Amino acid sequence: MKIPFKYIFRNFKNRKLTTGITVFGIALVVFVFSAVLMMAYGVQKTLIQTGSDENVLVARKSANGEISSILTQDVVDILNTLTQVAKNNEGRPVSSGETVVVINLIKKGTEGGMSNVTVRGVSDQVFTLRPHVKLTEGRMFLFGKRELIVGSSITKRFEGAQLGGKVRFAGDNWTIVGLFDTEGSGFDSEIWGDSEQLQDAFNRRGGFSTFTFRLNQKENFAELKTIFENDPRLQQFEPKIERKYFEEQSEAMAAFIRILGIFITIIFSLGSTIGAMITMYSAVANRTTEIGTFRALGFRRRSILGAFLLESLFISIIGGLIGLSLSSFLQFFKISTLNFSSFSELEFSFSLSPQIVIYTLSFALLMGLIGGFLPAVRASRMNIINALRAS
Amino acid sequence: MTPLVQVKNVVKIYKRDKLEIPVLQNISLDVPEGEFLALMGPSGSGKTTLLNLVSGIDQPTSGSIIVAGTDIAKLNESALAKWRSRNIGFVFQFYNLMPVLTAYDNVELPLLLTNLSKKEKKERVEMVLKVVGLADRMDHYPKQLSGGQQQRVAIARAVVSDPTLIIGDEPTGDLDRKSAEEILILLERLNQEFKKTIIMVTHDPHAAERARIIHHLEKGEFK
Repeated sequence: MKIPFKYIFRNFKNRKLTTGITVFGIALVVFVFSAVLMMAYGVQKTLIQTGSDENVLVARKSANGEISSILTQDVVDILNTLTQVAKNNEGRPVSSGETVVVINLIKKGTEGGMSNVTVRGVSDQVFTLRPHVKLTEGRMFLFGKRELIVGSSITKRFEGAQLGGKVRFAGDNWTIVGLFDTEGSGFDSEIWGDSEQLQDAFNRRGGFSTFTFRLNQKENFAELKTIFENDPRLQQFEPKIERKYFEEQSEAMAAFIRILGIFITIIFSLGSTIGAMITMYSAVANRTTEIGTFRALGFRRRSILGAFLLESLFISIIGGLIGLSLSSFLQFFKISTLNFSSFSELEFSFSLSPQIVIYTLSFALLMGLIGGFLPAVRASRMNIINALRAS
Repeated sequence: MTPLVQVKNVVKIYKRDKLEIPVLQNISLDVPEGEFLALMGPSGSGKTTLLNLVSGIDQPTSGSIIVAGTDIAKLNESALAKWRSRNIGFVFQFYNLMPVLTAYDNVELPLLLTNLSKKEKKERVEMVLKVVGLADRMDHYPKQLSGGQQQRVAIARAVVSDPTLIIGDEPTGDLDRKSAEEILILLERLNQEFKKTIIMVTHDPHAAERARIIHHLEKGEFK
């Protein structure tokens, strides 16, 4: 690459309008592309944050989500006696037999529009099991009563889900006595109550959905798996590290967003790649004499190719950086959508990762490379005499 | 002494579709080192084609062109590009400066293909700009310079790498009489004072008078 960089840079500056429009087009596509990746990553991050590495979640092997899993009371009793379950100071197992159901609540600002909300019945050890769940207002519900505590996203988005309010489901009114927050995990989009009360209300006495407990020692997980494989009473169930379980739950949703989003942006990117191509073809056409002069002075074809490709890459990387900086503001927004695996509303924020930055800028460069390649080849293959005659 | 440029039995035929257009017909020409040669002739006589062949931006259909001992008709494109960067200094009718580069940067271009140090490049560029009388204009862009000044920048660019041969294609063709006169004086000086070999194509008999030899081409042959 012998052609000076200032030649490339100043040409870029000289054609402010055409390059500006091309940069803008690329920036928009990059914005959409990175927004989609940030959305998928946001869902994943939210659900991964939900689980802990120290906890084990037991669900029925054939169930593909918490709501389709069933564990009976006798299984929960067996699990509570396992030596791998951590005990609290009083010697009680740190575990929670959980009943997960989905109810309908009216979304605020939708004039009666309903959406699904997860209600999780928990046991009294739940705060020891999940210390990242913090009561922010009110108090903990009382076991044996039809009381609920509500996650911060639900209280913001649903009617009646505020402190002191009542929500009606399973033929009864349930009073909201407290609000909790987990700083962005999936639990923020849930309502919690007494597991047994929920089983009663939904006529499934002794029917838990999942069982989560704290491992006494992380290394004991392999041993635990062997117990599940060998004990005939537990063979229908599968223990998973809680974080991994929720991570797997996020995959379908994240993959759907990614595939749909990437498909759409690839179609968009065709437009901006063609835009870049037209800009570069016009750059080559406007500078035919200059190309001829460079070649006459002894600059090689590959120098010309490199210079025009670099100009195109320069346009695309600037577009990429603008698009990316715009989409980085999305991190301040939270959106809520139906999570496929729980069939209920999940609030999450757009989330940027170094990997997304790399993917996005590579995508921008790819558009520049494809858009600039043919024009650059044309420039480099020009006949010197014809190019010089263009003046 | 062997002439610097030896054109031997050169034929150039252009092909357009299936039509063959003979432009140069068995041309031979010797140019001794230090010569100032003007090629004259009507449009379509083949003088620019001959200039293109001698400067290595075109290849003959047959015949040989030996410049400073190298038969350039036998070089491939990449070798020819390298050869041009070392041996040829171009002065075009419309100056062909890069509009986005300053006079200094334009003159420096041929040196980017050499291994000279940054300091040496700077010294050379400043020296040649001084020779053409534009030392005070080196930061100006071409559009900030008059036609005559632009052509002087182009001449500085042509000589900065100390080439074997300076090629001028109608170097005064786009200039007013006064500027043209200045350019011719400059070329004359390069030839006499700096012993540069110059081959120039021109329509202008007044310009051709400055050369030491004038050759007339007509229909692809010397008259």
